[in-house]
Amino acid sequence: MNRRNFLKAIGAGLFSFSDEEAAAGTKNIKKEFIGVLTDTTRCIGCRSCEIACGKTHNLLVPDVEKDNALEKERSTSERQRTVVNRYKTEKGIFYVKKQCMHCWQPACSSACLTNAMLKTREGPIIWRSNMCMGCRFCMVSCPFNIPKFEYNKWNPNIVKCDMCWDRLQAGKQPACVEACPTGALIFGMKKDLMEIARTRIYRYPHKYVHQIYGENEVGGTGWLYLAAVPFEQLGFRTDLGNLPYPEYTKEFLYAVPAVILVVPPLLYGLSLLTENDKEDKL
Amino acid sequence: MSIKGVVAFEKKGSLKYILHEMKPRGKMLTPFNIISIPIIILGLVILVIRFVKGLGAVTNLSQDYPWGFWIGFDVVTGVAFAAGAYIITFVVYVMRVEKYHSIAKITVLNGFLAYVFYAGALILDLGKPWNIVNPIIGNSFGYNSVLFLVAWHFLLYMMAQLIEFFPVTAEWLGWKKVKRFMSTLTLGAVIFGITLSLLHQSGLGALFMMAKPKIHPLWYSEFIPLLFLTSSIPAGLSMIIFESTISHRVFRDIIDHNSHTPFEDIIIGLGKGAAISLFIYYFFKAIIFIHGRHWSLITDWWGVWYFIEVFGFVLLPCIMYANGVKSRNLGLIRSAAVITMIGIIINRLNISVITFNWNTPVKYFPSWMEIVVTLMIIFIEIWVLRWVVTRMNVFNYEDSH
Repeated sequence: MNRRNFLKAIGAGLFSFSDEEAAAGTKNIKKEFIGVLTDTTRCIGCRSCEIACGKTHNLLVPDVEKDNALEKERSTSERQRTVVNRYKTEKGIFYVKKQCMHCWQPACSSACLTNAMLKTREGPIIWRSNMCMGCRFCMVSCPFNIPKFEYNKWNPNIVKCDMCWDRLQAGKQPACVEACPTGALIFGMKKDLMEIARTRIYRYPHKYVHQIYGENEVGGTGWLYLAAVPFEQLGFRTDLGNLPYPEYTKEFLYAVPAVILVVPPLLYGLSLLTENDKEDKL
Repeated sequence: MSIKGVVAFEKKGSLKYILHEMKPRGKMLTPFNIISIPIIILGLVILVIRFVKGLGAVTNLSQDYPWGFWIGFDVVTGVAFAAGAYIITFVVYVMRVEKYHSIAKITVLNGFLAYVFYAGALILDLGKPWNIVNPIIGNSFGYNSVLFLVAWHFLLYMMAQLIEFFPVTAEWLGWKKVKRFMSTLTLGAVIFGITLSLLHQSGLGALFMMAKPKIHPLWYSEFIPLLFLTSSIPAGLSMIIFESTISHRVFRDIIDHNSHTPFEDIIIGLGKGAAISLFIYYFFKAIIFIHGRHWSLITDWWGVWYFIEVFGFVLLPCIMYANGVKSRNLGLIRSAAVITMIGIIINRLNISVITFNWNTPVKYFPSWMEIVVTLMIIFIEIWVLRWVVTRMNVFNYEDSH
């Protein structure tokens, strides 16, 4: 499949499934998620992705010539869905783009009590303003600290990368991928991206570390990274484990129906046992 | 209810009676009023700023600290202190221990108001509070969310407590039939309320389960829900001891001193319960520490802080309670209650704020405005509590039968 057909197919899929609830179970749903592969060895730190992202989402468009933003490590913010950081490592300088990882089993959306933060069937995690109540539980739960909140607005939004959901539905690529001049970003199905990533590692075993960040981290993510140096040196957390984050609350949530079923009859039984013979009105 | 009140009620109907009862009574210039009124006004001004300019204008919350003092103290700690209601209703209505019947009504009232104000404080912290209807009316249910569970339980539990307390309100309004009917619902509401309490007390702990990479490993454990549930028992009992000590001074004129059990025996009984539950909590803490092989973590200041919490604010009050009960020393029991309460505050804040982001350089300290709003909530709650107990038959045991 060439790229145009591929995108068309995704676009068609997105359109027909745009109403997630209605579409559930009605058609043969694609199980494969889409994602982006970042090859940090190809990134030149030009920050075209930051500019494209800011323009697309009406957020901050950085002045990359003058703002010297690479001097210190930045995080995404309520004004920038993606940022590029510079790291000095044993093998030289590398640049790493940071944005939502689009986890396969995301903590943020399992934390969301209104389903405002939604893992779409296609893979990107989107956020819906009309449902969110602004509790910021997604921010507490996200292991990558990605969702950001507009603290200085009366009607605040959560700001985070949605893989350019609107553009995907129009059959386009994410803005950052399109803007990347060096091909450091590749958009596609995760299984295809994994193949590309593995092939690169096999062909250049001395160039890359033999790990694809996002393959297994927190249960697998939609955004994947290749690197020439161990990921700790590039600002990644490598202590997050491979368990999907929703698993941490699963046991508690499973206990809930059991408690609801078992405790009330138990208490009622106890109250019968302790009842006095004399009619003792409560 | 006063004779005058009954006459007013029967002549004019309930609405006018309620309006008549709304009027403030007693001296206006008490020390409590002089302190609380300016703080309430200041708090309301801060809230106006908060809703016009956003949370960032009044709080020190940041992208790294999405939850601060309002969640960590008002909601998470406040709900732990409100646990007394489910414990006492269990003891009185399920186990039918008559000894504590005289404090059941005031404890339920305290619990109800605590939920309304402290769990209600959650709304102030929401970025889009008008969307709070979404998880309630059902156009958007996030079933997988612990917060969904906790929010629903808050709501249902408030209703259960309202049913538990309603006979007192019906009596105040002179609705005898309503009172009789509502009294028949008490046991059901109590059972429902206890079940909900078990789940949301632990659920408040489960909120932090996914924050694993952010909370210090000495405090993070897969058993946080169990620890929250266990510690809510001494928290609730200590709060009753603390609160009843104050109300016995402040409201001594309206408290029935002829109830079956001397007040002293009730306090000693509660102290016994607190001692036992604190020891169980301490035991769980110790098991988790040893099983988690946390010895390597106690070499720095976090370790010292952890031991201060566990020894100074769990084991110490446990021993004080035990000795106080043994020697019938009410002063010692009351001191133990205060230390336990401080310990609960420390524990809940440790998990939600203090050790949150322990491994990053960013820090959070509440702004003075966050603290003023918290004080405002506490003071308004006390105002409402005072209004209710001076009008409804909350302390008098005999008449409610």
